[in-house]
Amino acid sequence: MSTVAADLETILSSGIRLAAPLAFAACGEYVAERAGTLNVSVEAMMLGAAFGSIAVAGLTGSATAGLLAGVLLGALVGSVHGALSHRWHVNTFVVGLVLNALVLGLTSYLVTVGDLGRHQVAQVSVPGLRDLPVLGAPLFVERWPVYLLLALVPLTWWLVERSRWGLELRAAGENPEAADMTGIRVNLRRRQALLWCGALAGLGGAYLAVGEVGSFNQNMTAGRGYLVIAAVIFGGWRLGRTLVGCAVFGLADALRLALPALGHTVNSQLLISAPYLLALLAMLLFTTRQRRPGALAQPFRRAS
Amino acid sequence: MTRTGAWVSAVIVAAAVVLPGLLIAVTGGSPAAALRALIQGSLGDATAVSQTLLYAAPLLLVAVGACCSARSGAFNIGQEGQVLIGALAGAAAGLRLAVPGPALLVVVLLAAALAAGAWAWLSALMNRLRGVDIAVSTLLMTFLAQQVVAFAVTTPWLLQESRLGAAAALPQSNKLPSRALLGSLGDHPGLQLNLGLAVGIVVAVLVAVALDRTRWGFRLTMAGLNPAAARHAGISVTAVGGIALTVSGALAGLAGAVLLTSPLSTNRLQPDISINIGWDGLLVALVARNRPLLAIPIAGLFAVLRAGGNFLAATGVPPYLVDVVKALLTLAFVAPAVLRRRSVIA
Repeated sequence: MSTVAADLETILSSGIRLAAPLAFAACGEYVAERAGTLNVSVEAMMLGAAFGSIAVAGLTGSATAGLLAGVLLGALVGSVHGALSHRWHVNTFVVGLVLNALVLGLTSYLVTVGDLGRHQVAQVSVPGLRDLPVLGAPLFVERWPVYLLLALVPLTWWLVERSRWGLELRAAGENPEAADMTGIRVNLRRRQALLWCGALAGLGGAYLAVGEVGSFNQNMTAGRGYLVIAAVIFGGWRLGRTLVGCAVFGLADALRLALPALGHTVNSQLLISAPYLLALLAMLLFTTRQRRPGALAQPFRRAS
Repeated sequence: MTRTGAWVSAVIVAAAVVLPGLLIAVTGGSPAAALRALIQGSLGDATAVSQTLLYAAPLLLVAVGACCSARSGAFNIGQEGQVLIGALAGAAAGLRLAVPGPALLVVVLLAAALAAGAWAWLSALMNRLRGVDIAVSTLLMTFLAQQVVAFAVTTPWLLQESRLGAAAALPQSNKLPSRALLGSLGDHPGLQLNLGLAVGIVVAVLVAVALDRTRWGFRLTMAGLNPAAARHAGISVTAVGGIALTVSGALAGLAGAVLLTSPLSTNRLQPDISINIGWDGLLVALVARNRPLLAIPIAGLFAVLRAGGNFLAATGVPPYLVDVVKALLTLAFVAPAVLRRRSVIA
């Protein structure tokens, strides 16, 4: 194989591995934002789940049980966020930042005082397809949870765009007063959206820990939750474009890691800030082509 | 405050005290010893108190700014980035401008406030032009600020330190000249009262008076409490919010310059010079319910936790539990605030 193809394969492999956790969490954050809640706590969901998955894998001896625990922990963070901001109406950004600080503090403490060990789920290698040039290894030799995306992405789309639940959810995000008038329980839908968001962000964080890395280290998500929020904004609140955003951000990160080793000089600061720049530019330039929910990040309380 | 609200707060405050103690006990430590170390390291002797007061100054400056923006309804959560931009501009002014004598310190502080104010104003501009949510844009710009500073200190023709002999240049700037540094107020045995704290308290009092006693403050508070009524009364809510956001950024930038020029840092611009002061300062404002004068003792409390946490690390207990306490305390104070009807940032 030529060296160019080999380099391309390396970059693509690492790009997919960097994008996959973002893609899981983005499916969740997309649903939450369509429901009108903007939860910065997606970082806390991912980090808590990453820690929980390794801890539970250590306790049970099963990495798959760890993955499941991660999903549950993410959903727990989601339900706490939901209760605070859509039951008690605490500002959603405040709740998010506080939860992020809380989970970062707790997991940093626990990982320093205890040894969690290494736990990793099995690798899948698809016979035949894995031998394809360039694309084979990046796409068909992966830890198995990554293939859950193939089911979760269509499911997320169907839930939001085609189910009755999704319709009510979008109404809650677009025009909560009108939704309330027709009998939709706006805050309940938002809490449910946060549960879905927590479960999927948890899966993303757990996949990062028991799927890719195989261990937990302090602050291992390192701001990936904020990247996910940037991806949803970059995608203009459309699922497909959001996932394209995740892929672009993953590749940018892969390039930053790979290019210096291949003898190219890169401006790593520019590549790290690219996602945030792109998200800001998308908000400035494409406002008319976006599906920004009308009541995004605005609390709903019935006037009484 | 409703009764449910009081209950929620009480439970969370209890959790803030009990949970860390429990965690220490479960992992084989002594909660009592940890608490003693926390107090010893922050209030135990003159050196400890000096350290606590050093931390209080930038925390207070950030918090006072956060009070302004939150009260106006333009909710700024990008203080961490604004602190960094302030430190960057302060370092650039201190190292590049040929200003004689201690006037250089004034120039450093002003440059920091101006640059960070402009940085925050960009969010107000994006909000005005395209309706971009202020909380979202200030948050995203924090991550940009981190990379801007990282770029400046790794680029030789910008602010990276000049190489000395064969040693490789580190990702940091040169040391600021000593006349650009914040000095100690008076000479007390053991106790260091840094000028930064005086700056912080003066600013807090000025902003408190401006918010509560001037027409500007009245308009700002009105725009935050009821934008529709404010608009009806002829107040330009976007303009008022934009000014509040700029002031908030400028004060965060000032905090960055205080970090740069006080003994809290090595007096060099480094990528981690902000040491989470921006995030913590925002929490201080939330606990103080957006009242600048109340922010003075709360900033003191957070400074105690910070200085004590550092000391705790020296005794073998990982200091991260302090962050858990801070987060839970904040939660306890914001939860009931919004159960009351007149909260500003619900």
